[in-house]
Amino acid sequence: MDLKIKYFGLLAEITLCNEEVLEFSETTISEVLEVLHNKYPSLRDKDFQVAQDLEIVSKDSIVSATEIALLPPFSGG
Amino acid sequence: MSRYSRHIVLSEIGQAGQDKLSNAKVLVVGAGGLGCPVLQYLTAAGIGTLGIIDHDFVETSNLQRQILFGTSSLGINKAIAAKARLEDLNPTINIQAYPKKLTHLNALSLFEKYDIIVDGTDNFRTRYLINDAVILKSKPVVYGAIYKFEGQVSVFNYQNGPSYRCLFPTPPKDGSVANCSEIGVLGVLPGIIGTMQANEVIKIVLGFDNVLSGKLFCYNSRNSETVMLKISKSESAFEKVRAGRETFKNETSTAICESHIAEISAEMAFQLDNVQFIDLREQDEKPLVAISDCLQIPLDNLEKQLDEIHSEKKIVLFCQTGIRSKKGVTLLQNHNFNNCYSLKDGASAILNYLKISTQ
Repeated sequence: MDLKIKYFGLLAEITLCNEEVLEFSETTISEVLEVLHNKYPSLRDKDFQVAQDLEIVSKDSIVSATEIALLPPFSGG
Repeated sequence: MSRYSRHIVLSEIGQAGQDKLSNAKVLVVGAGGLGCPVLQYLTAAGIGTLGIIDHDFVETSNLQRQILFGTSSLGINKAIAAKARLEDLNPTINIQAYPKKLTHLNALSLFEKYDIIVDGTDNFRTRYLINDAVILKSKPVVYGAIYKFEGQVSVFNYQNGPSYRCLFPTPPKDGSVANCSEIGVLGVLPGIIGTMQANEVIKIVLGFDNVLSGKLFCYNSRNSETVMLKISKSESAFEKVRAGRETFKNETSTAICESHIAEISAEMAFQLDNVQFIDLREQDEKPLVAISDCLQIPLDNLEKQLDEIHSEKKIVLFCQTGIRSKKGVTLLQNHNFNNCYSLKDGASAILNYLKISTQ
């Protein structure tokens, strides 16, 4: 299944793109993240939340959307 | 025509709405990149009581985005400089400046006095402090945060909506998010995000529908993309904060990438504007350091002589080696002096610097 992954903030600096479409066979968000961690090892140390279909979801959720966004906290002001 | 005629003529606001604005009390935490545009628009809109809390001083590198300040504000506390500018913009409202750091000790009593809190801070420690304090005081907080070219806006703890901890339950791992070091930011970005925060404040005051609660607005200024993400409420995130009510004031929040005791080199210390040096050594200690703007208060007497120290100045403490001066910084911080530095390597570093700089 093709999933569009969107990266915000410093995550986009690690992946060197704001979004990409990747093929996954995984069923949960955390399994998808494991694949991404292997592709981008620096992602592993970063804190971020995951949105699926524009809704923040827990990492145990089943993948049900075609678009997933990884959102880090921002501290600047 | 009156100052607010363009508001009053709007059927959605009218005189009744303008009266709501003038009865509103809003506290803006942080008068920096976000705080400046928030304050500017809320002042212009006639928010009746506006509080500004910031312990920091205006520096040249702020002027690229912190639009309330000019070269004449350099070296002045941001809350005080902002108040001066805003009183010129609208002398009919009541503006309170708090030139100090928001802490677990002062947050609850300060939030008590206001209806709405605006988070314009630049560090996670204060963001989580604000989150917890607004839950304990049942106040909404209008949140904004930026990173380089991207910004986030939301309203938390509003009419039973989610809180910041429902989105990001715990502060990020130490050092995982660059924030203290200057990573850079597009100057106009906090202008956009802060202006959106001001808009949410006004919507809340006027009782408009569709306040940005339960949603996180994300904006990317490089590709002009906006995304609206839905945030669900986590009851446990609220319960944890409420369970800590009794110990809240005792918390000495672990600072993230922010050392509690700022050490400064002699070279940097002499470049500070509006600085007060304090020699913490005993009277008979040598070498003698003869510099202007220097008080001599031995560490043991510091607590008794606090009223001799001007809290609006930047305070550089020094001793023989830099150990007592660290103790002094902690002592002053506990008495709400927020801009204190410990001079690295003590008195000899000053003498060395003076020797080199006069050569």
